Amino acid sequence: MIRDERPLATVPAWVWFALALTLAAQIGWQIVRPPSPRAASDLPAPPAPAMLRLASFGEPAAAARLAMLYLQSFDLRAGNDIPYRELNYGRLIDWLRAILATDPRSQYPLFAAARIYAENPDPRKARAALEFVYQEFLKDPNRRWRWLAHAALLAKYRLKDLPLALRYATAVERLTTAPDVPVWAKQMRIFILEDMDQLQAAKIMLGGLLASGQIKDPAELRFLKQHLERLEAKIQRRDARRQPK
Amino acid sequence: MHAAILARFVVLEARRSGLPWLVAASVAGGLGLAAFLSQVAVTESLELQTAIVAALLRACAVFLIAAQVITSTQRERDDKGLELVLSLPLSRPAYYLGRLAGFVACGAVVSACFALPLLLWSPPQAVLLWALSLCAETALMAAAAMFFSTVLTQLVPAAAATAGLYLLARSIGAIQAIAGGPLAEPSLPQRLARWSVDAVALLLPRLDSVTRTDWLIYGSPALDAYGAALAGLVLYALLLGAAGLFDFHRRNL
Repeated sequence: MIRDERPLATVPAWVWFALALTLAAQIGWQIVRPPSPRAASDLPAPPAPAMLRLASFGEPAAAARLAMLYLQSFDLRAGNDIPYRELNYGRLIDWLRAILATDPRSQYPLFAAARIYAENPDPRKARAALEFVYQEFLKDPNRRWRWLAHAALLAKYRLKDLPLALRYATAVERLTTAPDVPVWAKQMRIFILEDMDQLQAAKIMLGGLLASGQIKDPAELRFLKQHLERLEAKIQRRDARRQPK
Repeated sequence: MHAAILARFVVLEARRSGLPWLVAASVAGGLGLAAFLSQVAVTESLELQTAIVAALLRACAVFLIAAQVITSTQRERDDKGLELVLSLPLSRPAYYLGRLAGFVACGAVVSACFALPLLLWSPPQAVLLWALSLCAETALMAAAAMFFSTVLTQLVPAAAATAGLYLLARSIGAIQAIAGGPLAEPSLPQRLARWSVDAVALLLPRLDSVTRTDWLIYGSPALDAYGAALAGLVLYALLLGAAGLFDFHRRNL
């Protein structure tokens, strides 16, 4: 592409002027008309997972992540105090489901659901996001347990819904089988039961956990034994209070 | 006057090439696809046909016009027609702008041909606005293809640059929205990335806001927004014309 060029002086003045004028007009036009931020109502219906796969041209991992970046740009900018407040969560969750089906090993949709979309101040929307995490956890518990564990914490502390937290914690405890699932995740149910004042059930669970020999770490073992003793004491005090005088 | 003659020759060349057949094949392919989709869709079959056919014909229009411009410019160069024409009492701006006007006219005819089948499913007003927008889009892409084929002088680089500009202009809005998300940590690299994207966006047309299929499905756009979007395209086509003319003046032929 070697070019034989004439000097700049050969370009007529009016061409210089036209180029400078149109360039300035283009930049000025784009500055005064910035793209409007994507509103919640702009979120279109999600494509079918098969269509997403087709559009990925054999790169579902890349396509799923790009689709997540696209999705998270809705209802996010320009004077929006609370991101995602106005978003249609039914549609959003359909998107997350389609993206996860495109690349089932990706953690991004579950992360976004548990850590971003479930933070919505509207409890109905937060519950919808948590329920999505739960439903998807059931399909691959050993890989997706951490997001359901987080969902259990959100249900307990943010939504103050202990039965919901117990449901999630129970699922984590019962359905995960991988050796790398930490014991704290499996113990969550005990502490939620205790918060629900179901002390006897918590005691049985904790005793079973200690007897199973799953816990090897001496410090952890000691902590749980002390906790079991405290539970037993609590139960005794409660039973004493309930005795008719 | 000279420019008008050159424009007429460009249109004549396009008419005698395979362009009319390709336009007819695109329309036939679009209608065939629509007929197939109407059989398999379980709901919104009319909207589905409109959306798929409009998107397909839009892409075909841009591709056909860009390919026509690039190959015609290449042929003119290879056949030494450019040297021959410039040896006549004809100014460089008349030559460049005349040919560009011819390609813009080809784009207008192709846009009209592609809009006609959409009248089967959409109201005439929406189709008219869509067709005018496609006309402006093909004019812009004709100017872009002519600019790149003049500057880069070879077929493959010119085609790649034209395609790159088109894809980037169609996706820059989404890229800006992604770059502007506050979820990432507000670090220096993140800010730099956002500024870079915003700077690139200043030099691109907003092709994502024109010739939209949803105009055909959900009704015509607001006229002020429509006018502004089209004005942006015309402005960018003028910029490309001026830049191409500038480069053409510097060529030592």
